[in-house]
Amino acid sequence: MGCADVSLAVEKVLDRYERARHNLIPILQDTQEAIGCLPEAALARIAAYLDLSANDVFGVVTFYSQFRFRPPGAHHIKVCEGTACHVRGSGLLVEELTRKLGIEVGETTGDGKFSLERVACFGSCALAPVVVVGDKVHGRVTTKRVGKLIGEHGGPNDPSEAKSEEEPAEA
Amino acid sequence: MSFEQMTSRAQSSWEAFCCHDRPRILVGVATCGRAAGALEVVEAFKAELSKRSLAEAVTLAEVGCNGLCFAEVLVEVKATDARRILYHGVTPAMVPRLVEGHLVKGEPYVPRALAVVEGPELDGVPRLEALPAIENQVRIVLRNCGVIDPTRIDHYVARGGYSGLRRALAMAPEAVIAEISAAGLRGRGGAGFPTGIKWSRARSAPGDEKYVICNADEGDPGAFMNRSLLEGDPYSVLEGLVIAGYAIGARSGYVYVRAEYPLAVARLESALARMTENGLLGRNILGSGFDFSITIKKGAGAFVCGEETALMASIEGRRGMPRSRPPYPAVSGLFGKPTNINNVETLALAAAILQKGAAWFAGFGTEKSKGTKTFALAGKVERTGLIEIPLGLPLSTIVERIGGGVGKRRTFKAVQTCGPSGGCVPAQFLDLPVDYEHLAKVGSIMGSGGMVVMDDESCMVDVARYFLTFTEAESCGKCVPCRMGTQHLLRILTEITQGRGTESHLEELKKIGDTMQKASLCGLGQTAPNPVLTTIKYFEDEYRAHIQEKRCPAGVCRKLIQFSIDRDKCTGCRVCAAACPVASITGEKKVPHAIVQETCIRCGACRRACTFDAVTVR
Ligand SMILES: Cc1cc2nc3c(=O)[nH]c(=O)nc-3n(C[C@H](O)[C@H](O)[C@H](O)COP(=O)(O)O)c2cc1C
Ligand code: FES
Repeated sequence: MGCADVSLAVEKVLDRYERARHNLIPILQDTQEAIGCLPEAALARIAAYLDLSANDVFGVVTFYSQFRFRPPGAHHIKVCEGTACHVRGSGLLVEELTRKLGIEVGETTGDGKFSLERVACFGSCALAPVVVVGDKVHGRVTTKRVGKLIGEHGGPNDPSEAKSEEEPAEA
Repeated sequence: MSFEQMTSRAQSSWEAFCCHDRPRILVGVATCGRAAGALEVVEAFKAELSKRSLAEAVTLAEVGCNGLCFAEVLVEVKATDARRILYHGVTPAMVPRLVEGHLVKGEPYVPRALAVVEGPELDGVPRLEALPAIENQVRIVLRNCGVIDPTRIDHYVARGGYSGLRRALAMAPEAVIAEISAAGLRGRGGAGFPTGIKWSRARSAPGDEKYVICNADEGDPGAFMNRSLLEGDPYSVLEGLVIAGYAIGARSGYVYVRAEYPLAVARLESALARMTENGLLGRNILGSGFDFSITIKKGAGAFVCGEETALMASIEGRRGMPRSRPPYPAVSGLFGKPTNINNVETLALAAAILQKGAAWFAGFGTEKSKGTKTFALAGKVERTGLIEIPLGLPLSTIVERIGGGVGKRRTFKAVQTCGPSGGCVPAQFLDLPVDYEHLAKVGSIMGSGGMVVMDDESCMVDVARYFLTFTEAESCGKCVPCRMGTQHLLRILTEITQGRGTESHLEELKKIGDTMQKASLCGLGQTAPNPVLTTIKYFEDEYRAHIQEKRCPAGVCRKLIQFSIDRDKCTGCRVCAAACPVASITGEKKVPHAIVQETCIRCGACRRACTFDAVTVR
């Protein structure tokens, strides 16, 4: 997204909010939703609009884990690191993903296709371990299934290997 | 429209929804159901019904979670008779069979029938209330979850919704508070503080402008009670919030909800719109002269924002850092005004208490812990899900009856309650009644209701280290005991799990933990050592094995373990080799395999894959 688009998107968000400090977090959330991340120019504009120092706004942005400065990959993969998922092996899924994608947690692949993040609990603990790709929540994920998921999204995986995977056992 | 008109209209639409002659399909589409593919199942039903030109004649509705998450995707089917059957593990491929067999021919598909919900018996299928997962449960908070369509306010109204609010509005605010006190309701968000006392403090605090806040930040990783409730029945929570507002004299309320719960946010927004349309929010609610509005605030991913003062800082648009109390929120809270803050579940219970009365509520539970509590049962049990039990039920009933135990091949080791702030309750306390007092006695806390079960394959040192990884990352850094304490605890635990533990480490852990409990600013730092201290207390042997013998008895800590294949048990089936992510298993088919130790990453995939117990860990 170019600079002009960024400022247009920010103005659109600001139009919806009064100039009051308690609107800062909703404004940041809407801006990130529109642009994909929070570039410096956007933060400066938001700070000016709310009559806050850029420093103050930066402090809020860095406090909350939801906000990011760089855009995520086309397919943003979030692996749950909540307790239920941890005891059911979500760490192994992260390892499998870092191995397959060649990136660490917090990074984006060179082609911009995938990014990887760890999140504390999606509230689907009963179906642990949980992986979210884009908006879609996947429960009872196995290391094999992780490979299949990235394969389905055009990532590095041998589809023939994925086919043989067993569906989760009956309850 | 008067309240009477509203309820009578709701009654008739509910009767139409439940009408016996009309076939009906209910699909559980809360986040847990969606994770298992519920939306695909809904689509498959839509396609199948329209293919058979049945779309008009059949009710297809999406409901919330009934708590049996282990059996998702759950679908309830009723043909033109009165019998309602709950199916489990439904996939899109099964849909034509359910429509053709059950709906059209009236023959339930027994192999996937979990229970008969209502109506005549069916051979080989138990009744819902007789399922071990259900029989000990009492549903007050979850009374509507999985029963009503959460987008339909009339369903909620028909089941008694807003009659508590109506009753409250006809009472003096002090009388409402007295009713809550008489019920013995204690906060469900963690500390268990008596709700009536909290409300009366906010009521008597001087000031014209006051606020009520619903704490829906549910930060405990491994807990989902609040999410399920908000997704399945947002109305009861909001009704409770309006009642709280009326009781303390507030005109505006906030719901602070986790960003990771998009569906809960959507359900709340739709519920607010429906309430406003029906005169249950806004000016002159139900003609009582009471005005009230509610704003939804989405969290931005910070565990500490569940702490009440941090939460308020976050609503104000600041970094979510706690401050010292007093002043308590009841005196100086949001924007410096008197504020009452309650958990989601506390509010849903308040609505139920106003509807059915204090005496009814106090009839459940124990002397000091009244009523019911929801728990998110997860981890190494057969039947994971959301449960609601009368307080005082023994832990064993929860783990073994409701949860179905840890499975034949494993043994139960401990339960962690309230995640990173709680402690573990070891197997020797299986008879412990689950209530505020008894859990505190063994060093844990009830907390908000996360309950993660661990078995012999869970390493308690690793579990403690896991929780400290979490609290260390989430500590806001404002006070030294918490900021430095979590770092040191984590460092020591990491050393121990990596085989560099020393004799003095246990004492150091205890000393740091003790200091943090006494000196931290907020509950995060005060409770962060709990997982460490309770695991040392009950599993000191396991710590010692790591420190002295450089051995992890549970076979989890990778620096201390090695996998090998028992040649006598191995049948050479290649299943483990297929499961190995790094191709470190050699051997031809039908010949015993071996693990290449140099490349093995010790993930244990082979051990889980082997059905002959041939992979051993040491
Ligand atoms: C670190 C920390 C996290 C907390 N997280 C939550 C939470 O997610 N939900 C909640 O209701 N209370 C949470 N609390 C407790 C709140 O501070 C507060 O006590 C509670 O919302 C009061 O509601 P209740 O009286 O209805 O229990 C947390 C406390 C601390 C110290
Ligand atoms: S622990 Fe992973 S979804 Fe809750």
